Amino acid sequence: MSSAHVTPGSVPGPKLAAHFASLEVQKHAARLGMWLFLATEILLFAGLFACYAAYRFLFPEAWAACSRELDLTMGTVNTVVLITSSFTAAMAVHYAKVGKNKMVGHMFVLTLLMAVAFLVIKYFEYKHKFEVGTLPGRYYFYEGIQLPGAPLYFTVYFASTALHGLHVVIGMTVLMFSTVRAYRVGDFSANNYTMVELGSMYWHLVDLVWIFLFPMLYLV
Amino acid sequence: MTPSSSIAAPGAVPGHEATDDHGHHPSYLTDGTTVKSWLLTVDHKRIGIMYMAWVLLFFLVGGIFALLIRIELLTPGPTIMDAMTYNRVFTLHGIVMIFLFMIPAIPAIFGNFMLPLMLGAKDVAFPRLNLLSLYVYLAGAGFALWGMLNGGLDTGWTFYTPYSAHTTTSVAPVLFGAFIIGFSSILTGMNFIVTAHTMRAPGITWFKMPLMVWALYATSCIQVLATPVIGLLLLLVTAENLFSLGMFDVARGGDPVLFQHLFWFYSHPAVYIMVLPAFGVMSEVVATFSRKNIFGYRAVAYSSVGIAFVGFFAWGHHMFVSGQSTFNAGVFGVLSMLVGVFTAIKVFNWVGTVYKGAVEFSTPFAYFCGFLFFTVFGGMTGIAVATVSLDVPWHDTYFVVAHFHFIMVGATIMAFLAALHYWFPKMFGKMYHEGWGLVSAALIILGFNATFIPQFLVGNAGMPRRYYEYPERFQALNVASTAGASLLAFGFIIIAIYLTYALVYGERADNPWNSKGYEWLTASPPPTHNFIGPQPTYPEEPHFYVDPNTGKGEVSDV
Repeated sequence: MSSAHVTPGSVPGPKLAAHFASLEVQKHAARLGMWLFLATEILLFAGLFACYAAYRFLFPEAWAACSRELDLTMGTVNTVVLITSSFTAAMAVHYAKVGKNKMVGHMFVLTLLMAVAFLVIKYFEYKHKFEVGTLPGRYYFYEGIQLPGAPLYFTVYFASTALHGLHVVIGMTVLMFSTVRAYRVGDFSANNYTMVELGSMYWHLVDLVWIFLFPMLYLV
Repeated sequence: MTPSSSIAAPGAVPGHEATDDHGHHPSYLTDGTTVKSWLLTVDHKRIGIMYMAWVLLFFLVGGIFALLIRIELLTPGPTIMDAMTYNRVFTLHGIVMIFLFMIPAIPAIFGNFMLPLMLGAKDVAFPRLNLLSLYVYLAGAGFALWGMLNGGLDTGWTFYTPYSAHTTTSVAPVLFGAFIIGFSSILTGMNFIVTAHTMRAPGITWFKMPLMVWALYATSCIQVLATPVIGLLLLLVTAENLFSLGMFDVARGGDPVLFQHLFWFYSHPAVYIMVLPAFGVMSEVVATFSRKNIFGYRAVAYSSVGIAFVGFFAWGHHMFVSGQSTFNAGVFGVLSMLVGVFTAIKVFNWVGTVYKGAVEFSTPFAYFCGFLFFTVFGGMTGIAVATVSLDVPWHDTYFVVAHFHFIMVGATIMAFLAALHYWFPKMFGKMYHEGWGLVSAALIILGFNATFIPQFLVGNAGMPRRYYEYPERFQALNVASTAGASLLAFGFIIIAIYLTYALVYGERADNPWNSKGYEWLTASPPPTHNFIGPQPTYPEEPHFYVDPNTGKGEVSDV
């Protein structure tokens, strides 16, 4: 069974689960598993991209008009914030590899702060939409654009940004665990950084999805 | 230190010595007997057994509802229920059978149990994730069944929009349940892929993996690649039903055909999630009971991957009458037929394995024979319904119902029962009564044919699927079908009785087939960490049987 046990000795180190032959294999398995999981996440969003493509093809005018209706400034700022947070997450992996646990924690705290900033900006964008009525489906009451397909654009907009927002929150939870561990336990080192690495891989995915969503919804 | 380390010695009958060891090392069944030691186990074998208990329960539920459908259709008019109840009953039958039985049946039970054993691993790569997948599956099942009991669902298992977006029945909980079950499927698939990549014992190369592992690997790839798409779709339809977002609603500019595209992008490959593991089981069974290494090992392995690949390009054949262009229909028709080519490779290789083999006609082999018939017959009718001009009149008639029951249910049930009988001694260390095994196999194969061959005929005569009433002239065939269904139920009851009996009073058995599959290289039932003592070595391919006349092993093709 995999009841992970600490290797003998008082130095906190990597834990080898009983069913793995070696630490190498264990690390390989963890990474492969994460890549597969990220692939499924991309495919989840791919379904939305397919919907976007189909409806853009059906309603090109409404799509162009609604796209211009989004707040490009807020979207751009958010993109910059998220890319920067991805950078700090990557730095955390770097510090974990050299065993600087305190820096790992600092980097993740920065990442989390930017994640909060992202969500706050998103909140203001949503709030504006609720006020002017650019809402999905039957809730749409915006006077500015009266084209067939416009409510559908905001269905796609809200579905994809809300799903992405949910991933931001999940990613923040994952990173918080690593942060606490870095500060409290401080056992990340050159041969024990899988948790940090996988956590920031997930964060990169959150960033990557946004990098696709931003041009798709705001720019094109 | 223990005999199980010597199992690799050529010619040695594995397992015999391991039996001696039985008293000293508890098997996985006896290692901890508290309820907690089962519910919180991370042992892949116990998880497989727990899956088995639940999956069989859901099979019973789905089966009872199948019988209710058949009883209702016994007479042309209303028989035992009203039309709305009938809609809910066939929906529940479909959802339970597909999401709760067919998809997890072989991978989650026998895959979980056998895959690490076949790879010489102590467990799957992520044991805790494995346990999680069981509870995620149960949570999803709970949601779905709760929804079906509270108001029910009348959309059919395909949840087609726009109807599913507007119906007031419990669409949201059932769809959300199916979404959760999808997670479980993804977790199992990921676990198997990573296990096959990282946990193969020294000596087991990719082309020495048992064919069951190849089949599970290909299945897992489909699970990982297709399930997220339906996951998103189910979320969107749930939102649509709750908030009328207009995603697939024509009145709000949405496109119901887009729903069908995304739905079948998963649900057609899902057919292969169901039958590919069945093909894997059959490759093991046919080799064991013909006492030959599988003929054309590489072709069988590659064709599993081939089916998985081509299966992704065949979804459009569900939409021949949805208004897609004739060119599209033709392309999807041809791509669908390619699956038949890969399946034929397997069928010919199985037949080639039996040819001049020393066949032992035991219960699993009886199921192999039934399986061969259902696969070929179901596959041939599959080619027929992939032909656009034929599918247009057959579309949504009982012909299609009979076709997919033959290939999905017939082939999978045969493999499921073959696996159950073949690996029963492995899993429990007990043997069942062979005579009753053969009797029930005969009943089930006959019953299945009697149930679904009349449905081909009644469908060809024009009876639509999912209809509550039908004209008088279809009655004779419907009665025949219902009679077959009761025969089928009778066969399952017999199996339930003698296997339960064997579980308690069965004779001690270790490797009753003298099988040379890798999973038999340890004691039956296996100890907790699968192997006692040092890691076994694997100098030969699985199913390397020695010819009693020449004394030589038969080398498979390369």
